[in-house]
Amino acid sequence: MTLLEVKDLNVSFQTPDGVVRAVRGVSFDVEPGRTLGIVGESGSGKTVLTQTLLGLTPGAEVWGSAMFEGANLLELPDEELRKVRGARISVIFQDPLTSLHPLYKIGWQIAEMIRAHDRSVSKKEAATRTVELLRRVGIPKPDTRVNDYPHQFSGGMRQRAMIAMALALEPKLIIADEPTTALDATVQAQILDLLLRLQQDMGTALIMITHDLGVVADIADDVLVMYAGRAAEKAPKREIFYHPHHPYTKGLLESIPSSSAAGGRLKPIPGQPPSLINLPSGCKFHPRCSYAFAKCKTGDDPVLRPVDEGGAHESACWLPVASAGLSAEAELLRTETARLGHEPVPAKGPAVGRHRAPDSGATEPGSAANNEGSVA
Amino acid sequence: MATANDADDNVLVRVENVVKYFPVKAGGFIKHTVGQVHAVDDVSLVIERGKTLGLVGETGSGKSTLARCVAGLIPVTSGKVYLNGTEITKLSRSAMRPLRREVQMIFQDPYSSLNPRRRVGAIIGDPFAIHKTATGAERKRMVQELMERVGLNPEHFNRFPAEFSGGQRQRIGVARALALRPKLIICDEPVSALDVSIQAQVLNLLSDLQTEYGLSYLFIAHDLEVVRHVSDKVAVMYLGRIGEAAPADSLYSQPRHPYTVALLSAAPAADPDAAAARQRIILTGDVPSPIDPPAGCRFHPRCPKAQEICGQVEPPLVTHDDLEISKAGPPAGWQSADTVRPGEPGIAGGETHVTACHFPVVPGETLASARTAAIAAEREPA
Repeated sequence: MTLLEVKDLNVSFQTPDGVVRAVRGVSFDVEPGRTLGIVGESGSGKTVLTQTLLGLTPGAEVWGSAMFEGANLLELPDEELRKVRGARISVIFQDPLTSLHPLYKIGWQIAEMIRAHDRSVSKKEAATRTVELLRRVGIPKPDTRVNDYPHQFSGGMRQRAMIAMALALEPKLIIADEPTTALDATVQAQILDLLLRLQQDMGTALIMITHDLGVVADIADDVLVMYAGRAAEKAPKREIFYHPHHPYTKGLLESIPSSSAAGGRLKPIPGQPPSLINLPSGCKFHPRCSYAFAKCKTGDDPVLRPVDEGGAHESACWLPVASAGLSAEAELLRTETARLGHEPVPAKGPAVGRHRAPDSGATEPGSAANNEGSVA
Repeated sequence: MATANDADDNVLVRVENVVKYFPVKAGGFIKHTVGQVHAVDDVSLVIERGKTLGLVGETGSGKSTLARCVAGLIPVTSGKVYLNGTEITKLSRSAMRPLRREVQMIFQDPYSSLNPRRRVGAIIGDPFAIHKTATGAERKRMVQELMERVGLNPEHFNRFPAEFSGGQRQRIGVARALALRPKLIICDEPVSALDVSIQAQVLNLLSDLQTEYGLSYLFIAHDLEVVRHVSDKVAVMYLGRIGEAAPADSLYSQPRHPYTVALLSAAPAADPDAAAARQRIILTGDVPSPIDPPAGCRFHPRCPKAQEICGQVEPPLVTHDDLEISKAGPPAGWQSADTVRPGEPGIAGGETHVTACHFPVVPGETLASARTAAIAAEREPA
């Protein structure tokens, strides 16, 4: 059963400069015990998306739906939402120093969180549970460290304390918003390891928001790639990394320095992300896309459509379905499509699975066009 | 070490036994603990002409302090820095000034390293004004040439930094560093604040400029893949000391210091299969305080291979060309039979692979079993 089902979520903010359309029609599901990685650059809307679910974006215009355990989070009254937030869904923020209160002891802050949701827990009981939680997240000597203030903890330990707090009420879903970005590589490894271990122990679902594809490769099951407030691509992890369909996903993967291309030139994505106030026409990625053709510039903004047989892999791009992947054939199909302004003249037969399409070469059957039509 | 002939050979910068301590002042919460932050402790390295030396390390390892010592921005506590064969650590401010043209810096944060109230043209033109090399229309022309060179629109001369994006701002920083045609540019985390797609643009720009002007870079970053991509030589710092240094390929393919091995295994790879196959060494605990660094090898409290000697004797930076496990028995005073014969003392930044470790990791060795033991030790109630 799906734990969280977000459908067509839109978030926009009124600003003196105009309306900022931070999130535009994003849908995704989170299954119990699974990890969804949300990847995107600064300003792609990944944080606004998840904060909106918890009612943490006051002043925003929100429409769409987000069903969690039978209730629409977006329509819950504040009182009800407060019971969900922290207890059923908890959040780990990027910067553990600013999310802990500097003047209260770590232990007090965690115990308060427990008692805020359940007054029947005595102070003593809450304190015992706090020590147990800190032990669980690997804080050495938790019985004395509960009396420390946040500044007495190192960055990694603060993040552990935040995780302890997030786990306190055994939530069904944890949203981790760049939890390791402020940490060093070795500490990041510790924290990711801890999150994975706890997730396995408790069967919690996890939404991991990050700009680091390395983190996603490590711990996500499914990946949602966001660009300019919209889902560009959504797929199981291996699909994203080995058969990306959207040119943005491909561009992200290629711009990372990797050992295979050490010393050579990197392939950056040209240009910069668009302003969310003044979005370009058509596909919002087209000004930076090297395969853009007329339809991308003037047509509708593409929405997610399946690009594999099972439908688990979806991409919001007009390029033919068979152009997914990093192979030479896929590249040829992409450049041909971009050159002709439509996909190369279909040959015969049904759609060929994109995993093994070398024999069909650059000519791609017409089912992709039908697909596009039905979505648009 | 020969220093007088550095001007002739291919060494641009030579750092000899540089030490930088910062005093810790007493008062406030801290009572009677007047100590020293050992930010950089006895570091020697060379930077070759036209090459890039990558400097890797975690927060607080002393990378940025070392860079500032090399740039002559802060006085060293002891030790010497030679630039082109001239010792710059003893120079007066006025004698230093002409040499400052040779070394420029690019900073991490493109938002705080540009004055928000000044126009971009003025910011990039500052080096010309300070060194009185160009004025008026000529300066404007040179600034616009620089802007064009780094990929900015020269028409945007009169704009303010706020009107540029992060990547563009970093290009402004690059243009400013390039203005006086320096020989060395110190890049202190130049791409950490940028998104990956923009990061690649700036890295490519830096590499083009290096080819075009024969620049040397001291490139500081915590992202190991970025460092590997840009560097010819790499040095790994831990708590103010260099733990290992080697040509980039050698360091990444055959790390010898347990810390380097752990660091490499911890770096996330954007490849799910590689991530799943990798044997990750999770280091326990945190980096100790640089105010009171551990005795002996500074890494020993977290090291899965640590033995008694590691806490007593500080390992020198030496070559380990003969990477065989010596079965014949330990050299005098050593505590383990599984030891590697140390070679000659070496210097970071050169052609040799040097490691400061009593028990370097040999090819094929896995630290995982040692790690399990370390974790078990940690779990024990202290």
